[in-house]
Amino acid sequence: MQRVGIVAFQGDVDKHGAMLTAIGAEPVEVRTQRELTIVDRLIIPGGESTTIGMLMEREGLLAAVRHRLNEGMPVFGTCAGMILLADKIIESSQPRVGGLRITVERNGYGRQLESFETALPVPELAAAPISAVFIRAPIVRALGAGVRALARFEDVAVLVRQDHLLAASFHPELTRSTEVHRYFLSL
Amino acid sequence: MNETLWSERQKSTWKTKLGLAEMLKGGVIMDVTNVEQAQIAAEAGAQAVMALERVPADIRAQGGVARMSDPGMIAAIQKAVSIPVMAKCRIGHFVEAQILEALGVDFVDESEVLTPADNSFHVDKHKFRVPFVCGCRDLGEALRRIGEGAALIRTKGEAGTGDIVEAVQHLRSVRDGIRRLTNLPGEELMSEAKSIGAPYDLVVEVSLTGRLPVPNFSAGGVATPADAALMMQLGAEAVFVGSGVFKSSDPVKRARAIVDAVAHYQDPERLVQLSHNLGDPMSGIATEQLENEQKLAGRGW
Repeated sequence: MQRVGIVAFQGDVDKHGAMLTAIGAEPVEVRTQRELTIVDRLIIPGGESTTIGMLMEREGLLAAVRHRLNEGMPVFGTCAGMILLADKIIESSQPRVGGLRITVERNGYGRQLESFETALPVPELAAAPISAVFIRAPIVRALGAGVRALARFEDVAVLVRQDHLLAASFHPELTRSTEVHRYFLSL
Repeated sequence: MNETLWSERQKSTWKTKLGLAEMLKGGVIMDVTNVEQAQIAAEAGAQAVMALERVPADIRAQGGVARMSDPGMIAAIQKAVSIPVMAKCRIGHFVEAQILEALGVDFVDESEVLTPADNSFHVDKHKFRVPFVCGCRDLGEALRRIGEGAALIRTKGEAGTGDIVEAVQHLRSVRDGIRRLTNLPGEELMSEAKSIGAPYDLVVEVSLTGRLPVPNFSAGGVATPADAALMMQLGAEAVFVGSGVFKSSDPVKRARAIVDAVAHYQDPERLVQLSHNLGDPMSGIATEQLENEQKLAGRGW
Protein backbone atom coordinates (compact mmCIF):
# COMPACT_ATOMS: atom_id res chain seq x y z
CA MET A 1 0.00 0.00 0.00
CA GLN A 2 1.31 3.43 -0.92
CA ARG A 3 2.04 5.77 1.95
CA VAL A 4 0.88 9.24 1.04
CA GLY A 5 1.94 12.10 3.30
CA ILE A 6 -0.37 15.06 3.88
CA VAL A 7 1.16 18.29 5.19
CA ALA A 8 -0.94 18.49 8.34
CA PHE A 9 -0.55 21.88 9.98
CA GLN A 10 -3.72 23.49 8.75
CA GLY A 11 -6.52 23.05 6.21
CA ASP A 12 -8.69 20.18 5.01
CA VAL A 13 -6.17 17.47 5.89
CA ASP A 14 -8.87 14.99 6.94
CA LYS A 15 -10.71 15.33 3.62
CA HIS A 16 -7.61 14.26 1.68
CA GLY A 17 -7.10 11.49 4.22
CA ALA A 18 -10.63 10.16 3.69
CA MET A 19 -10.18 10.30 -0.09
CA LEU A 20 -6.89 8.38 0.08
CA THR A 21 -8.37 5.72 2.35
CA ALA A 22 -11.32 5.35 -0.03
CA ILE A 23 -9.02 4.58 -2.97
CA GLY A 24 -6.78 2.19 -1.09
CA ALA A 25 -3.77 4.31 -0.08
CA GLU A 26 -2.49 4.98 3.43
CA PRO A 27 -2.62 8.64 4.54
CA VAL A 28 0.21 9.81 6.83
CA GLU A 29 0.08 13.21 8.55
CA VAL A 30 3.35 15.09 8.05
CA ARG A 31 4.39 17.83 10.47
CA THR A 32 8.11 17.08 10.85
CA GLN A 33 11.08 16.24 8.63
CA ARG A 34 11.18 12.78 10.19
CA GLU A 35 7.59 12.09 9.16
CA LEU A 36 8.43 13.19 5.62
CA THR A 37 11.08 10.47 5.33
CA ILE A 38 8.56 7.63 5.60
CA VAL A 39 6.19 8.68 2.81
CA ASP A 40 6.28 7.75 -0.89
CA ARG A 41 4.45 10.84 -2.11
CA LEU A 42 3.02 14.02 -0.64
CA ILE A 43 -0.14 16.13 -0.73
CA ILE A 44 -0.19 19.79 0.25
CA PRO A 45 -3.86 20.40 1.12
CA GLY A 46 -6.23 23.33 0.85
CA GLY A 47 -6.12 25.91 3.60
CA GLU A 48 -4.35 29.23 4.00
CA SER A 49 -1.15 29.20 1.96
CA THR A 50 0.63 31.80 4.12
CA THR A 51 -0.13 29.87 7.31
CA ILE A 52 0.88 26.49 5.88
CA GLY A 53 4.02 27.96 4.28
CA MET A 54 5.14 29.68 7.48
CA LEU A 55 4.62 26.58 9.59
CA MET A 56 6.50 24.44 7.03
CA GLU A 57 9.35 26.95 7.06
CA ARG A 58 9.56 26.89 10.87
CA GLU A 59 9.98 23.08 10.68
CA GLY A 60 12.55 23.15 7.88
CA LEU A 61 9.95 21.35 5.78
CA LEU A 62 10.07 23.71 2.80
CA ALA A 63 13.67 22.77 2.08
CA ALA A 64 13.08 19.13 2.93
CA VAL A 65 10.10 18.84 0.57
CA ARG A 66 12.02 20.67 -2.17
CA HIS A 67 14.84 18.14 -1.77
CA ARG A 68 12.49 15.13 -2.03
CA LEU A 69 10.70 16.75 -4.94
CA ASN A 70 13.98 17.20 -6.82
CA GLU A 71 14.74 13.52 -6.17
CA GLY A 72 11.48 12.65 -7.94
CA MET A 73 8.89 12.29 -5.18
CA PRO A 74 5.40 12.99 -6.64
CA VAL A 75 3.71 15.98 -5.01
CA PHE A 76 0.09 17.10 -5.39
CA GLY A 77 -1.20 20.50 -4.23
CA THR A 78 -4.81 21.67 -4.06
CA CYS A 79 -5.64 25.39 -3.86
CA ALA A 80 -3.24 26.58 -1.12
CA GLY A 81 -1.08 23.60 -2.10
CA MET A 82 -0.98 24.83 -5.70
CA ILE A 83 0.16 28.26 -4.49
CA LEU A 84 2.92 26.69 -2.39
CA LEU A 85 4.19 24.69 -5.37
CA ALA A 86 4.12 27.64 -7.79
CA ASP A 87 7.40 29.24 -8.87
CA LYS A 88 5.76 32.65 -9.16
CA ILE A 89 3.04 34.19 -6.99
CA ILE A 90 1.86 37.58 -8.14
CA GLU A 91 2.56 40.32 -5.56
CA SER A 92 3.73 37.89 -2.91
CA SER A 93 7.08 36.79 -1.53
CA GLN A 94 5.55 34.34 0.94
CA PRO A 95 7.49 31.21 1.92
CA ARG A 96 6.82 28.37 -0.54
CA VAL A 97 8.17 25.08 -1.88
CA GLY A 98 8.24 26.14 -5.54
CA GLY A 99 9.32 23.90 -8.41
CA LEU A 100 6.15 24.04 -10.52
CA ARG A 101 6.69 26.41 -13.44
CA ILE A 102 3.45 28.35 -13.21
CA THR A 103 2.43 31.87 -12.22
CA VAL A 104 -0.56 32.13 -9.89
CA GLU A 105 -2.54 34.98 -8.44
CA ARG A 106 -3.89 34.38 -4.94
CA ASN A 107 -7.67 34.71 -4.55
CA GLY A 108 -7.70 35.30 -8.31
CA TYR A 109 -11.32 34.19 -8.55
CA GLY A 110 -12.27 36.63 -5.78
CA ARG A 111 -13.24 36.48 -2.13
CA GLN A 112 -15.55 33.95 -0.53
CA LEU A 113 -18.68 35.39 -2.18
CA GLU A 114 -17.17 34.41 -5.55
CA SER A 115 -16.49 30.82 -4.46
CA PHE A 116 -18.35 28.37 -6.71
CA GLU A 117 -19.01 24.79 -7.68
CA THR A 118 -18.99 23.40 -11.23
CA ALA A 119 -18.92 20.24 -13.33
CA LEU A 120 -15.47 20.11 -14.87
CA PRO A 121 -14.55 18.04 -17.93
CA VAL A 122 -11.18 16.30 -17.49
CA PRO A 123 -11.08 14.12 -20.62
CA GLU A 124 -7.78 12.38 -19.81
CA LEU A 125 -8.96 11.30 -16.37
CA ALA A 126 -12.69 10.73 -16.58
CA ALA A 127 -15.39 10.06 -19.17
CA ALA A 128 -17.90 12.32 -17.43
CA PRO A 129 -17.21 15.75 -15.94
CA ILE A 130 -15.99 15.64 -12.33
CA SER A 131 -17.40 17.92 -9.65
CA ALA A 132 -15.07 20.72 -8.63
CA VAL A 133 -15.39 23.19 -5.75
CA PHE A 134 -13.43 26.46 -5.95
CA ILE A 135 -12.96 28.27 -2.60
CA ARG A 136 -11.24 31.68 -2.68
CA ALA A 137 -9.26 29.92 -5.37
CA PRO A 138 -5.96 30.97 -6.92
CA ILE A 139 -6.03 31.63 -10.66
CA VAL A 140 -3.29 30.34 -12.96
CA ARG A 141 -1.95 33.29 -14.99
CA ALA A 142 0.85 31.57 -16.94
CA LEU A 143 2.16 28.09 -17.70
CA GLY A 144 5.92 27.60 -18.13
CA ALA A 145 7.86 25.03 -20.15
CA GLY A 146 6.85 21.43 -19.56
CA VAL A 147 3.61 22.27 -17.77
CA ARG A 148 0.45 20.80 -19.25
CA ALA A 149 -3.15 21.77 -18.50
CA LEU A 150 -5.26 18.66 -17.83
CA ALA A 151 -8.40 20.72 -17.29
CA ARG A 152 -9.54 24.22 -18.03
CA PHE A 153 -12.41 26.29 -16.69
CA GLU A 154 -13.40 29.27 -18.84
CA ASP A 155 -10.16 28.84 -20.82
CA VAL A 156 -7.99 29.05 -17.71
CA ALA A 157 -5.92 26.05 -16.56
CA VAL A 158 -7.26 24.67 -13.28
CA LEU A 159 -5.49 21.28 -13.16
CA VAL A 160 -1.86 21.16 -14.27
CA ARG A 161 0.89 18.58 -14.45
CA GLN A 162 4.65 18.93 -14.78
CA ASP A 163 6.36 15.52 -14.65
CA HIS A 164 5.65 14.22 -11.13
CA LEU A 165 4.03 17.44 -9.90
CA LEU A 166 0.24 17.87 -9.97
CA ALA A 167 -1.70 20.94 -8.87
CA ALA A 168 -5.37 21.94 -8.84
CA SER A 169 -6.86 25.33 -8.08
CA PHE A 170 -10.03 23.52 -6.93
CA HIS A 171 -10.75 20.89 -4.27
CA PRO A 172 -11.45 17.36 -5.57
CA GLU A 173 -11.14 16.24 -1.93
CA LEU A 174 -14.38 18.06 -1.03
CA THR A 175 -16.37 15.97 -3.51
CA ARG A 176 -16.98 12.33 -4.29
CA SER A 177 -14.86 12.50 -7.46
CA THR A 178 -11.87 10.24 -6.84
CA GLU A 179 -10.34 10.53 -10.33
CA VAL A 180 -7.76 13.23 -9.57
CA HIS A 181 -6.43 11.44 -6.51
CA ARG A 182 -6.28 8.15 -8.43
CA TYR A 183 -4.36 9.90 -11.19
CA PHE A 184 -1.92 11.32 -8.63
CA LEU A 185 -1.25 7.82 -7.29
CA SER A 186 -0.37 6.71 -10.82
CA LEU A 187 2.32 9.39 -11.34
CA MET B 1 -25.19 10.50 -3.18
CA ASN B 2 -26.94 9.73 0.08
CA GLU B 3 -30.22 11.67 0.00
CA THR B 4 -31.13 10.64 3.52
CA LEU B 5 -28.57 13.09 4.89
CA TRP B 6 -29.69 16.69 5.32
CA SER B 7 -26.27 17.98 4.17
CA GLU B 8 -26.56 16.22 0.83
CA ARG B 9 -29.88 17.86 0.01
CA GLN B 10 -28.57 21.42 0.30
CA LYS B 11 -27.87 23.62 -2.72
CA SER B 12 -24.48 24.17 -4.24
CA THR B 13 -23.80 27.27 -2.18
CA TRP B 14 -23.89 25.08 0.87
CA LYS B 15 -20.82 23.24 -0.48
CA THR B 16 -18.90 26.45 -1.03
CA LYS B 17 -19.85 27.82 2.39
CA LEU B 18 -18.89 24.60 4.07
CA GLY B 19 -15.79 24.42 1.87
CA LEU B 20 -14.33 27.56 3.40
CA ALA B 21 -15.08 26.25 6.89
CA GLU B 22 -13.16 23.07 5.96
CA MET B 23 -10.19 25.17 4.78
CA LEU B 24 -10.06 26.94 8.15
CA LYS B 25 -9.53 23.75 10.13
CA GLY B 26 -6.42 23.29 12.21
CA GLY B 27 -5.51 26.91 12.75
CA VAL B 28 -6.10 30.05 14.75
CA ILE B 29 -8.55 32.88 14.04
CA MET B 30 -7.58 36.05 15.90
CA ASP B 31 -9.66 39.04 16.98
CA VAL B 32 -8.06 42.26 15.70
CA THR B 33 -9.17 45.87 16.12
CA ASN B 34 -6.95 47.65 13.58
CA VAL B 35 -4.66 47.16 10.59
CA GLU B 36 -1.51 46.87 12.70
CA GLN B 37 -2.97 44.05 14.78
CA ALA B 38 -4.24 42.31 11.63
CA GLN B 39 -0.71 42.34 10.23
CA ILE B 40 0.73 40.98 13.47
CA ALA B 41 -1.84 38.18 13.35
CA ALA B 42 -1.11 37.35 9.70
CA GLU B 43 2.65 37.36 10.27
CA ALA B 44 2.24 35.07 13.26
CA GLY B 45 0.49 32.56 10.98
CA ALA B 46 -3.17 33.18 11.87
CA GLN B 47 -5.32 31.64 9.13
CA ALA B 48 -8.04 34.30 9.43
CA VAL B 49 -8.83 37.43 11.43
CA MET B 50 -12.01 38.64 13.08
CA ALA B 51 -12.30 42.40 12.58
CA LEU B 52 -14.05 44.16 15.46
CA GLU B 53 -13.87 47.53 17.20
CA ARG B 54 -13.44 46.26 20.74
CA VAL B 55 -12.17 42.88 21.88
CA PRO B 56 -14.57 41.10 24.25
CA ALA B 57 -12.54 42.03 27.37
CA ASP B 58 -13.08 45.73 26.56
CA ILE B 59 -16.76 45.24 25.72
CA ARG B 60 -17.11 43.62 29.13
CA ALA B 61 -15.17 46.38 30.91
CA GLN B 62 -16.75 49.35 29.12
CA GLY B 63 -20.33 48.11 28.92
CA GLY B 64 -22.90 49.87 26.73
CA VAL B 65 -24.41 48.45 23.55
CA ALA B 66 -21.92 46.51 21.43
CA ARG B 67 -22.74 46.68 17.70
CA MET B 68 -21.30 45.72 14.30
CA SER B 69 -17.97 47.48 13.64
CA ASP B 70 -17.53 50.48 11.35
CA PRO B 71 -17.39 49.12 7.77
CA GLY B 72 -14.48 51.47 7.05
CA MET B 73 -12.38 49.77 9.70
CA ILE B 74 -13.29 46.31 8.37
CA ALA B 75 -12.50 47.39 4.79
CA ALA B 76 -9.08 48.69 5.86
CA ILE B 77 -8.27 45.30 7.36
CA GLN B 78 -9.53 43.50 4.22
CA LYS B 79 -7.11 45.59 2.23
CA ALA B 80 -4.18 45.02 4.59
CA VAL B 81 -4.17 41.20 4.75
CA SER B 82 -4.58 38.37 2.22
CA ILE B 83 -6.10 35.86 4.67
CA PRO B 84 -9.89 35.61 5.18
CA VAL B 85 -11.54 38.40 7.14
CA MET B 86 -14.54 37.71 9.37
CA ALA B 87 -16.76 40.23 11.14
CA LYS B 88 -19.52 40.08 13.74
CA CYS B 89 -23.18 41.02 13.56
CA ARG B 90 -25.60 41.09 16.49
CA ILE B 91 -27.82 38.07 17.10
CA GLY B 92 -30.89 38.46 14.88
CA HIS B 93 -29.64 41.67 13.22
CA PHE B 94 -30.03 40.60 9.61
CA VAL B 95 -29.40 44.10 8.27
CA GLU B 96 -25.96 44.21 9.89
CA ALA B 97 -25.44 40.83 8.22
CA GLN B 98 -26.55 42.25 4.85
CA ILE B 99 -24.07 45.10 5.24
CA LEU B 100 -21.23 42.70 6.05
CA GLU B 101 -22.14 40.55 3.05
CA ALA B 102 -22.20 43.61 0.78
CA LEU B 103 -18.80 44.55 2.18
CA GLY B 104 -17.50 41.17 0.99
CA VAL B 105 -16.36 39.71 4.31
CA ASP B 106 -15.50 36.01 4.07
CA PHE B 107 -17.50 34.87 7.12
CA VAL B 108 -20.12 36.54 9.33
CA ASP B 109 -20.11 35.68 13.03
CA GLU B 110 -23.61 36.09 14.47
CA SER B 111 -22.17 36.62 17.89
CA GLU B 112 -23.31 36.66 21.50
CA VAL B 113 -20.32 38.94 22.21
CA LEU B 114 -22.34 41.81 20.72
CA THR B 115 -25.61 42.95 22.32
CA PRO B 116 -28.48 40.89 20.84
CA ALA B 117 -30.81 42.72 18.46
CA ASP B 118 -33.56 40.11 18.79
CA ASN B 119 -34.53 38.32 21.99
CA SER B 120 -36.28 35.43 20.26
CA PHE B 121 -34.85 34.79 16.81
CA HIS B 122 -31.57 34.42 14.98
CA VAL B 123 -30.77 35.48 11.41
CA ASP B 124 -32.14 33.21 8.65
CA LYS B 125 -28.70 32.37 7.35
CA HIS B 126 -29.90 30.34 4.36
CA LYS B 127 -30.88 33.60 2.69
CA PHE B 128 -27.27 34.76 2.49
CA ARG B 129 -24.48 33.92 0.10
CA VAL B 130 -21.86 34.66 2.75
CA PRO B 131 -21.23 31.80 5.20
CA PHE B 132 -22.04 32.22 8.92
CA VAL B 133 -20.42 30.98 12.09
CA CYS B 134 -22.49 30.81 15.28
CA GLY B 135 -21.79 29.99 18.91
CA CYS B 136 -23.29 27.15 20.94
CA ARG B 137 -23.16 25.68 24.42
CA ASP B 138 -24.57 22.25 23.66
CA LEU B 139 -25.60 20.00 20.79
CA GLY B 140 -29.18 21.27 20.59
CA GLU B 141 -28.03 24.86 20.17
CA ALA B 142 -25.42 23.79 17.59
CA LEU B 143 -28.06 21.96 15.50
CA ARG B 144 -30.54 24.85 15.74
CA ARG B 145 -27.89 27.18 14.29
CA ILE B 146 -26.95 24.68 11.56
CA GLY B 147 -30.63 24.28 10.78
CA GLU B 148 -30.79 28.06 10.29
CA GLY B 149 -27.87 27.79 7.85
CA ALA B 150 -24.65 28.22 9.86
CA ALA B 151 -21.73 26.57 7.99
CA LEU B 152 -19.44 26.58 11.01
CA ILE B 153 -20.04 26.17 14.73
CA ARG B 154 -17.90 27.40 17.59
CA THR B 155 -18.49 26.46 21.17
CA LYS B 156 -18.94 29.75 23.02
CA GLY B 157 -16.87 29.55 26.14
CA GLU B 158 -17.02 32.84 28.02
CA ALA B 159 -15.54 35.58 25.83
CA GLY B 160 -13.29 38.25 27.31
CA THR B 161 -12.49 36.37 30.51
CA GLY B 162 -9.27 34.52 29.73
CA ASP B 163 -10.81 31.65 31.70
CA ILE B 164 -10.94 28.39 29.73
CA VAL B 165 -13.40 26.54 31.98
CA GLU B 166 -16.59 27.39 30.06
CA ALA B 167 -14.98 26.60 26.70
CA VAL B 168 -14.10 23.15 28.03
CA GLN B 169 -17.60 22.61 29.38
CA HIS B 170 -19.31 23.64 26.15
CA LEU B 171 -17.09 21.50 23.93
CA ARG B 172 -17.52 18.49 26.21
CA SER B 173 -21.26 19.06 26.20
CA VAL B 174 -21.47 19.05 22.38
CA ARG B 175 -19.35 15.93 22.12
CA ASP B 176 -21.30 14.14 24.85
CA GLY B 177 -24.49 15.01 23.00
CA ILE B 178 -23.10 13.51 19.78
CA ARG B 179 -21.97 10.34 21.51
CA ARG B 180 -25.40 9.96 23.09
CA LEU B 181 -27.15 10.29 19.71
CA THR B 182 -24.98 7.60 18.11
CA ASN B 183 -26.17 5.17 20.78
CA LEU B 184 -29.90 5.87 20.59
CA PRO B 185 -32.17 3.53 18.62
CA GLY B 186 -34.01 5.14 15.70
CA GLU B 187 -37.41 5.22 17.41
CA GLU B 188 -36.02 7.45 20.19
CA LEU B 189 -34.63 10.15 17.90
CA MET B 190 -37.81 12.20 17.54
CA SER B 191 -38.24 12.52 21.31
CA GLU B 192 -34.55 13.32 21.64
CA ALA B 193 -34.92 16.03 18.97
CA LYS B 194 -37.80 17.47 20.96
CA SER B 195 -35.93 17.33 24.25
CA ILE B 196 -32.73 19.04 22.98
CA GLY B 197 -34.67 21.45 20.75
CA ALA B 198 -32.96 20.42 17.52
CA PRO B 199 -34.25 19.80 13.96
CA TYR B 200 -35.16 16.12 13.58
CA ASP B 201 -33.33 15.64 10.25
CA LEU B 202 -30.09 16.91 11.75
CA VAL B 203 -30.54 14.68 14.79
CA VAL B 204 -30.88 11.72 12.41
CA GLU B 205 -27.79 12.76 10.46
CA VAL B 206 -25.63 13.11 13.59
CA SER B 207 -26.86 9.78 14.94
CA LEU B 208 -25.76 8.12 11.66
CA THR B 209 -22.43 9.92 11.13
CA GLY B 210 -21.31 10.53 14.72
CA ARG B 211 -20.24 14.07 13.91
CA LEU B 212 -21.65 17.52 13.25
CA PRO B 213 -22.34 18.21 9.56
CA VAL B 214 -20.08 21.30 9.80
CA PRO B 215 -16.69 21.84 11.47
CA ASN B 216 -16.67 22.58 15.20
CA PHE B 217 -14.22 25.20 16.45
CA SER B 218 -13.61 26.46 19.98
CA ALA B 219 -13.85 30.02 21.30
CA GLY B 220 -14.11 32.03 24.48
CA GLY B 221 -11.33 32.04 27.06
CA VAL B 222 -8.14 30.93 25.29
CA ALA B 223 -5.23 32.90 26.81
CA THR B 224 -2.20 30.59 26.53
CA PRO B 225 -0.69 28.09 24.07
CA ALA B 226 -1.63 25.36 26.53
CA ASP B 227 -5.28 26.51 26.49
CA ALA B 228 -5.31 26.30 22.69
CA ALA B 229 -3.74 22.83 22.66
CA LEU B 230 -6.21 21.70 25.34
CA MET B 231 -9.17 22.62 23.15
CA MET B 232 -7.61 20.83 20.16
CA GLN B 233 -6.98 17.68 22.21
CA LEU B 234 -10.58 17.80 23.42
CA GLY B 235 -11.69 17.66 19.78
CA ALA B 236 -11.96 21.27 18.58
CA GLU B 237 -10.97 21.53 14.90
CA ALA B 238 -9.57 25.08 15.20
CA VAL B 239 -9.42 27.84 17.80
CA PHE B 240 -10.71 31.41 17.97
CA VAL B 241 -8.60 33.68 20.16
CA GLY B 242 -10.25 36.93 21.16
CA SER B 243 -8.77 39.08 23.88
CA GLY B 244 -6.04 36.54 24.69
CA VAL B 245 -3.45 37.86 22.25
CA PHE B 246 -3.77 41.63 22.22
CA LYS B 247 -4.57 41.96 25.95
CA SER B 248 -1.32 40.19 26.82
CA SER B 249 2.01 41.93 27.47
CA ASP B 250 3.74 40.66 24.28
CA PRO B 251 1.16 40.07 21.51
CA VAL B 252 3.72 39.32 18.75
CA LYS B 253 5.30 36.48 20.70
CA ARG B 254 2.05 35.14 22.10
CA ALA B 255 0.27 35.17 18.74
CA ARG B 256 2.99 33.05 17.18
CA ALA B 257 3.16 30.72 20.19
CA ILE B 258 -0.59 30.05 20.03
CA VAL B 259 -0.40 29.36 16.27
CA ASP B 260 2.48 26.93 16.83
CA ALA B 261 0.65 25.30 19.75
CA VAL B 262 -2.37 24.53 17.55
CA ALA B 263 -0.10 23.14 14.80
CA HIS B 264 1.72 20.88 17.29
CA TYR B 265 -1.03 20.36 19.85
CA GLN B 266 -0.19 16.69 20.42
CA ASP B 267 3.51 17.28 21.11
CA PRO B 268 4.15 18.21 24.79
CA GLU B 269 7.89 18.78 24.24
CA ARG B 270 7.10 21.32 21.57
CA LEU B 271 4.53 22.92 23.87
CA VAL B 272 7.24 23.32 26.52
CA GLN B 273 9.50 25.19 24.09
CA LEU B 274 6.87 27.51 22.75
CA SER B 275 5.38 28.35 26.15
CA HIS B 276 8.69 29.81 27.41
CA ASN B 277 9.06 33.52 28.23
CA LEU B 278 5.88 34.81 26.68
CA GLY B 279 5.42 37.65 29.18
CA ASP B 280 2.15 38.08 31.05
CA PRO B 281 -1.11 36.63 29.69
CA MET B 282 -4.25 38.77 29.86
CA SER B 283 -5.14 39.13 33.51
CA GLY B 284 -8.65 37.80 33.07
CA ILE B 285 -11.72 37.26 35.18
CA ALA B 286 -12.61 33.95 36.80
CA THR B 287 -16.00 33.04 35.35
CA GLU B 288 -17.16 31.64 38.71
CA GLN B 289 -17.12 35.23 39.96
CA LEU B 290 -19.50 36.34 37.22
CA GLU B 291 -23.22 36.63 37.89
CA ASN B 292 -25.36 34.79 35.37
CA GLU B 293 -26.49 38.02 33.70
CA GLN B 294 -22.84 39.00 33.21
CA LYS B 295 -22.22 35.88 31.14
CA LEU B 296 -22.36 36.41 27.39
CA ALA B 297 -22.79 32.72 26.59
CA GLY B 298 -26.41 32.77 27.76
CA ARG B 299 -27.33 34.87 24.73
CA GLY B 300 -28.72 32.65 21.98
CA TRP B 301 -32.12 31.02 21.63
